[in-house]
Amino acid sequence: MAVYKLTVNGQRKEVNVDPSTPLLWVLREELKMTGTKYGCGISACGACTVHVDGVATRSCVLPMSLVGGPIITIEGIAQDPVGRAVQEAWVDKDVVQCGYCQSGQIMSAVALLKATSKPTEANIEESMGGNLCRCATYVRIREAIKSAAQKL
Amino acid sequence: MLGHRAGLLLTPLFLGIIAAWMLVYGAFGHVGNPEHPAANPADGLAAWEQIYSVLTSPRCLNCHTATNYPHQGDDRHRHFANVIRGPEGKGVPGLNCVSCHHEANAESTGVPGGPDWHLAPLSMHWQDLSNRPLSSAAVCRSVTDRSTNENMDGQALLKHHEQAELVLWAWNPGTRPDGSTRTLPPLTHAEFMAATRLWVAAGTPCPKGK
Repeated sequence: MAVYKLTVNGQRKEVNVDPSTPLLWVLREELKMTGTKYGCGISACGACTVHVDGVATRSCVLPMSLVGGPIITIEGIAQDPVGRAVQEAWVDKDVVQCGYCQSGQIMSAVALLKATSKPTEANIEESMGGNLCRCATYVRIREAIKSAAQKL
Repeated sequence: MLGHRAGLLLTPLFLGIIAAWMLVYGAFGHVGNPEHPAANPADGLAAWEQIYSVLTSPRCLNCHTATNYPHQGDDRHRHFANVIRGPEGKGVPGLNCVSCHHEANAESTGVPGGPDWHLAPLSMHWQDLSNRPLSSAAVCRSVTDRSTNENMDGQALLKHHEQAELVLWAWNPGTRPDGSTRTLPPLTHAEFMAATRLWVAAGTPCPKGK
């Protein structure tokens, strides 16, 4: 076990966990922030995406020993203007069906729009390719990203 | 007196031996390579073929692609999830290489990792667009062309093979998601370095041909 000091959504946190514990389980089990979802556990679906030091990161494969930099989760994404625009677009376009993958979808979309404020169809396709949706809400996801981009 | 005469007689003989040694070894470019006094182009080419066998193993080739995406696995299939090379070989926002590949292998999940995980530049591709390894001559040209290899001379290539963290990863590739160990390159790292030293000492010769 080891003590780790984290900054999550701007707040200082301290946890005492095994160094191999994935960040996902620290967020969900230790910090009780359950907005970030467990999907596949092998970084293949994108449901667990958070931002670590500004980079969209699959938290299910990131051991605590390798966490470097502040963490933003779905609970804190609306603190940021781009995150707020994306969340509003998600509501406007009624993107969500079952909703399980959507926090990861939003985290990846925000990462895209922070780097590319006016993304092309190809940009969206490439950046969102690692986020799966079993309800196949892909068309609405794409529309919401374009809608958010227009407001940025 | 006798010793002085002997010395006079022996001096031309000694100089002749030195000259003959320089002629023979100098012709093969051996002078100045004490670590590989026998290095010559033929030895260098043989060493290169050993290096080539490593560079075209899946652990190296999967990230030295000619495509706008990486490959994965021993069958070198396209990386899943529509992963894209991106402008700097590091993926794209939202789906960077480091989104999944962290500083070290994730043994619990089988996701490989190493410092600054990224693709080699397109100028250093070692396969064609049909996913076939380039020829030995073509890979050698790619590796030694300083206009495309980030200006690395023989010594820099030696250092790259010896110390670059993603090169070293090939011999510490971790486990697959099913827990089995990833296939290693056909040479040990020590054998790979011995071949590289020999090849560099011989002047980084490349095979002729396409």
